[in-house]
Amino acid sequence: MNEHLVFMLQLVITGIAVGGVYSLMALGFVLIFKASSVVNFGPGELVLFGAYVAWATILNMKLPLYVALPLTLGVAILLGLVIERGVLRPLIGEPTISVIMVTFGFASVIRGFLNMTWGSDTRPFPVLFSQQPFHLGPVPVSPVHLWSFVGTLALLTAFTLFFRLSLTGMAMRATADNQQVALSLGVSVKWIFALSWCIATVVSTLGGIILGSVRGGVDFSLADLGLKVFPVVILGGLDSVAGAIIGGVLIGVLENLSGGYLDPILGGGVKEVAPFVALVMILMVRPYGFFGKREIERV
Amino acid sequence: MKCGGFRVSYRSDERIFDTPVPIVGLVLLLIVLAVLPRFAGTYWLDVLNRIGIAIIGAIGLNILVGYTGQISIGQAAFLAVGAYSTAIFEVNLGVPFYLAIPLGALTASGVGLIFGIPSLRLKGLYLAIATLSAHFITTYVIIHWESMTKGVIGLMVPPPTVFGLPLDSDARVFYLIYALVVPATLFAKNLFRTKVGRAFIAIRDRDVAASVMGVSLLRYKLLAFVISSFYAGLAGGLMAHHSRILFPDAFTLLVAIDYLAMIIIGGMGSILGSILGAVFMTLLPEVLKLTATSLTSVYPQGFGLIASARDIVFGLAVIFFLMYEPQGLARIWVRVRSFWQLWPYAY
Repeated sequence: MNEHLVFMLQLVITGIAVGGVYSLMALGFVLIFKASSVVNFGPGELVLFGAYVAWATILNMKLPLYVALPLTLGVAILLGLVIERGVLRPLIGEPTISVIMVTFGFASVIRGFLNMTWGSDTRPFPVLFSQQPFHLGPVPVSPVHLWSFVGTLALLTAFTLFFRLSLTGMAMRATADNQQVALSLGVSVKWIFALSWCIATVVSTLGGIILGSVRGGVDFSLADLGLKVFPVVILGGLDSVAGAIIGGVLIGVLENLSGGYLDPILGGGVKEVAPFVALVMILMVRPYGFFGKREIERV
Repeated sequence: MKCGGFRVSYRSDERIFDTPVPIVGLVLLLIVLAVLPRFAGTYWLDVLNRIGIAIIGAIGLNILVGYTGQISIGQAAFLAVGAYSTAIFEVNLGVPFYLAIPLGALTASGVGLIFGIPSLRLKGLYLAIATLSAHFITTYVIIHWESMTKGVIGLMVPPPTVFGLPLDSDARVFYLIYALVVPATLFAKNLFRTKVGRAFIAIRDRDVAASVMGVSLLRYKLLAFVISSFYAGLAGGLMAHHSRILFPDAFTLLVAIDYLAMIIIGGMGSILGSILGAVFMTLLPEVLKLTATSLTSVYPQGFGLIASARDIVFGLAVIFFLMYEPQGLARIWVRVRSFWQLWPYAY
């Protein structure tokens, strides 16, 4: 196999691995939007929060992994409840700009809190997997990427099954579809809102842990990575779970390919901006994404 | 004694000042501003200059978001375009500053026109996301177009000379900034007494209804973007002269969020609100800094915590205002004023 193809395959594989994490974050975003029509503009801070709490429990307090992980997820659930009850429930029915700003507001509080508690230095992340790359055919793959991909895939499958089969998952889908009908069928919409925030913080935390181990450390630039969720959800449609999953992988591959091929021509940093260029183009062509529900306005 | 506003003609309804008292107050304020640089120290002059710049930027954003209802997270990008193009006009092309600042603002409004095009198809949060990505694309161009912007090395802006005096001290830049703040405020205040301003408000309240009434959405939405980004470009041009060196780091997404917070905290759809919000957001870190300095004897680590304390206080302030005072400081001001106007016979 020639060198070019190996290079491209490597970019694609890394892209799929990172894209899996984007899918996770986008899943959290889409859940919140479906259930409560709230757009979360602080997805990066949720990821950051998860990564820092995981770092604190695993490396700082030196808890064993089987204690640290549930503890981290517990804290994440608590955060979700606090955000939903404290900040978003009072703002139900307010204009879009208020809801957008309030998510910026709590994101800022989270960032300040993390900075105050643990400082802004880069934290080394626990090395959970061996560094030795193995070969998939001729293409070298690092185990971290493989495991993060497997982990993401498992989580996404679990969530898909949860929405398809469990009663709670069905109640969540019903709420997303039509709140009034769900209420009349005895679904507690308040509880669903709270639950969707908890799931969102949990998946963001898991995404943070995976990203932390892929990059080998956490610092505040993780939060910027969280903003990549927007190209993903615009590509997939703001209210489509399947779209979030496919969109995440596509955006991950796109940014890696454009970074790999265009960086030498344009002088670096293409990876950061390519998803947003794609976003604008998608918005121009299909404003509601490829899987999203089209809004029709009647006068 | 005045006891409630009774307006019987359109003329009286459109009036900016109901009574002569605020006019006297404004004249006094202008006099105070004119003599202030003689008395204020460099530190406070610097703060005042940043307040002036923020006022222009916040009024611009409020015209777009508060009055026209088009959510934009792109204000930092407009500021950056204004600042860099002003600097490039001056440094590379040798244009005098009194032309470079308007030219920079015009460049920003050109970019604003491009940013505004998605607003014809997208609304609400979709527009917010579109402007967010426009922000990232603009910043990318500024960082990587090194032949023009010097990228992360920073672009130096030498102080211009006016009547033989170089604009190199905070006091001199103060006059430049406030000589633009006053007309910018007056223009915005008067804009909403005209057909254009009313069209903006109609679009905000219900764009479909507005277009049925004959308001051209294409023209007025784009006009709102153009005017708003002209203000931002103006603020950017002043920033270039105030800080005299430009880094892409000065125009991050957080700056755009700061400007949105200004109009939320100050009051959406209110010129006074934009001013109050700009003052509040600029003073907030300074007040925290002063508190931390005075507490260093008790709590020596306090100084290192300013950045994070600012984030927390900022977030809490935004959340607080959205929950308990959605119309912001401007509303509080009106309430306080009417309390004293009606005192002691409030109904």
